[in-house]
Amino acid sequence: MLQPATDLGFAQRVKALACTAPLHDLDNRKNQVQTADFSIYQMSELALNTIDLVTLAMDFDAGAPPDQIVAGVAGFAARQAPGRAGDEHLRAARWVLESLLNVGSADRGFRAVYGMTGGDGSYQRFEFDFKLLEEVVGPDGSIFLRATNEAVNVLVGALELDIESAQIAADLRLETLIRRGRLSDAQSAAQSARYRTIQYGEKLRQRLEATERDVRTVDWLREMPRFIAEALEHIAARYRAENAIMTNITEVRDTADTPATKLQAAKLVDVVRDCLRRHEQLQAALQGAGRRFRAQQDRQTFAPGSAVATLDLHAQLLVPVLTRPVDEADPVLAAYVGRSAGVHVPDALRLSDLFTALITPPAERELLGEPVEEPDLDEAPEEPPFPAECYELLDELLDLDPDAPRRLSGLIEDARRLHPELAHLVVVRVVALAAQEINPALRHNLPGVYIAVDDGTPLTDFEYGGADLIVARAAIEKNAPEGSPA
Amino acid sequence: MTTQLTADAARLIGFGLRPRLVPARDDTYRGLIRRARADDEFAAVVQAVAAGLDLVVMEISERAGIVVASTEESVFAIRAGDYWRRAGGDGKASERVLHALAHLGAATMAFPRPADLANETYLGRITVDGVEAFVREAAGRLAETAAGNDDADLAAGEPGLEASWRVYSRRAQTGSTGDGRRLSSSTTGIVGRALTFLSEQGLLTRTGDERHGTYRTTPRYRTQVREAGVIMFDELLRLGVTEISDGSATIEVTWTPESLTEL
Repeated sequence: MLQPATDLGFAQRVKALACTAPLHDLDNRKNQVQTADFSIYQMSELALNTIDLVTLAMDFDAGAPPDQIVAGVAGFAARQAPGRAGDEHLRAARWVLESLLNVGSADRGFRAVYGMTGGDGSYQRFEFDFKLLEEVVGPDGSIFLRATNEAVNVLVGALELDIESAQIAADLRLETLIRRGRLSDAQSAAQSARYRTIQYGEKLRQRLEATERDVRTVDWLREMPRFIAEALEHIAARYRAENAIMTNITEVRDTADTPATKLQAAKLVDVVRDCLRRHEQLQAALQGAGRRFRAQQDRQTFAPGSAVATLDLHAQLLVPVLTRPVDEADPVLAAYVGRSAGVHVPDALRLSDLFTALITPPAERELLGEPVEEPDLDEAPEEPPFPAECYELLDELLDLDPDAPRRLSGLIEDARRLHPELAHLVVVRVVALAAQEINPALRHNLPGVYIAVDDGTPLTDFEYGGADLIVARAAIEKNAPEGSPA
Repeated sequence: MTTQLTADAARLIGFGLRPRLVPARDDTYRGLIRRARADDEFAAVVQAVAAGLDLVVMEISERAGIVVASTEESVFAIRAGDYWRRAGGDGKASERVLHALAHLGAATMAFPRPADLANETYLGRITVDGVEAFVREAAGRLAETAAGNDDADLAAGEPGLEASWRVYSRRAQTGSTGDGRRLSSSTTGIVGRALTFLSEQGLLTRTGDERHGTYRTTPRYRTQVREAGVIMFDELLRLGVTEISDGSATIEVTWTPESLTEL
C-alpha cells in the first residue's frame, strides 16, 4: 500500500502547482468575457509574457509601469490575432494584467487550499496565499508592478529551489549549450540566469529599505554581512562565467554560416550584456550597502536620547500583537486605538439653535466678492538721522588735501567744535570709508576716493574707542591705474 | 472654593477637548496652564472637574497644553465602532485589526526607540508609505520565521485563528482603481486614513504631500501613545504575551573589525 504523502516536499509541489492555476484559469475564463470575444487568444501564454516583461523591467529601484506592460503584452496579442483590431489587443492585455493582479479581490492575491496528512494519519487542510504580480508605490508616488518570488519561480520553472544552486546549474547548462552550438536553448538559459540576479537585487533592496526605516529590523550583525558576502561571491562568479560566454558567442556570431544563427548569437550577446550591466548595478549597491547602514545607524542609534526608558513600541507591542490570532489581537488593538486617538467631542445641540440655523436663509454672496479698496498710502519721507547742516559741514571737513592725510582724533576734535552731533557723523563716515572700493569711484567719475588706514595707533577719546585711523583722500588720475598715494 | 474657580477649571478642560489648540497661540489658555502648574488649589479643582466628566488628566504643560484622555465610560470616549464605521470597514475583525495596526505602526514609526517616547522634546516624522512599509516589514519577518518553523500556511476555514501578520501581508500594498484614485482598501489607503484621522485629532501635523503624506508628531501625541501603550501592554499581559525590554534598542548592533571589512 502506498504511504500517504506527509513530507514537506509534497506540500511544496502542491503549492508550486497552485501557482500555475491562475494561468490555466485565464484560458478557462476567456470564453465567459461578455464584452469581447477573447477565445482566439492563448491567455496563459499572454500571462507568461506579462510576467516576463514585468520581471525584466524590474530594476534595482523601480518596477515596471503598468502602461508599458500593457503595451508590450498587446504586442504579443497582436501576433496571436493579427486580424483583430489594435483596440482589442490592448483590452485583452489589460484583462490579463488585471486577472494576474486579481483586481476583484480585497487582498489582490490568490488563495489555494491544499491538504496534508499529518503524522497521526489525519488529513488537514491548509490555506496558501500567494500573489503573482503586485502593485507597489514608486519613489515618485506612481504605481509600479513587481513580480513576486512565486511568479519568478513559476516562470523559470525552478520551483522552490535554492537560488544559488539553480544559478550554478543555469551557468553549466549555458556553457554546455553554447559549446554544442544550440543557441536558442542557450538564450533561454542566459535569461533564466538573469532572473536570478534580479532576485538577489530585489532581496538587497528590501533589506536596505527596511534599514532606512529602522536599523533594528535588519540583522546587520550576522545575516547581512553573510548575505552581502554571498551576493558578491555570486557576482564574481557570474562575471567570470559571463565573460567566458561572451567570448564564446562573439566567436559564434562572427563565424556563423547562416543568418539565423548569426541573429540568435547577436541576441544572446545582448542578453549577456544586460546581465553584465545588472551585475555592475548590484555590485555598486552592495558596496554602498555598508555605508548606507552606517549612515542610518548614526542617524537612528547614536542620536542622543533621554535616559528615561519607557515602552519599546516595536518589540513589546507591534511584534507581539502581529503574532496573535485575529480574534485575540482585535480587542487588544481596540484598547490601543481607543486611548491613543484622543477624545471625541459629541455635538450638544439645542433645538432652538437647530431651528434658527435651518430657517436662516443662506447669505447671498457676490460672485466676485467685495470690491477691493485701494489703501491711501502717505508718502513718508525718510528723516535724515543727522541735521542737514551736519552733512554740509562734513563735506567741508573731509575735503582733504590729497597730500595731507589726517588722523581720526584730529577730525573728531574739529567736528566737536563745529557742531555737537558732527563728531558722531564723522566716525560713522570714516568707518564706512575703510570699506570703500576704487572701481565704483572710477565708474562714477569721482575726483577722488577716501582711504582709512589703521597703522596700529589706538584712539584715545572719551566717547569712541578703537584705532586712530589715518584718513586720506586719494585723487584719481585719469589714464593712471592707481590714485596718487596718500 | 468659589464658582469662578470651578468655571476656570472647566474652561481649561474645555481647551483640552480642542486638541488642535496649543497654549502658544492662545493667551487665556496659556494663562490657565500656568495657573494649573503653579496653583495647587486650582490644579486640584481641574482634576476634580475632569474626574466628574470621566476624563483623566494626563499632562499639563506649556508645550502640549492639557492632555486629557477618556475612560471607557466617558461620553468623550472614541468608540472603536465609530472609527471603523467612518473608515468604511465592513465590521469584520480582520478589517478592524488592519486599521488598528496602521495606528500602532504609525506610533512605532514615530517613536522607534523607547528613549524617543520618553523624551518630551522629540519630534517624530512619518510618512504614509513609510508606516505602510514598516508594518509590512515587521509582518514579513514573522512570515520568514513561520516559514522556518514549517507552519507557513493556515488551517483552512478558521479565519479567527489566522495570525494578524498574515492578514496584513496578504492585503495589497496599493492598487489602481478604474478612475485613477488609490485603492482605499489597500494597506497604503488604510494607513493614509489613520494618519489623516490623527491629524484631524490634533495629534499629528501634516507637513507635506511627499510619499502620500508626510506628518510630524505633536507633543500631545507622545503622551497619548505612552498611555495607550501601557494599557495595551496590560492587555497583552492578560493574554500571557510579554516581552521584557531593558530600554535599549531591540536588536543590539555591535561591530567587530572583521564585520566592518566584510562590507
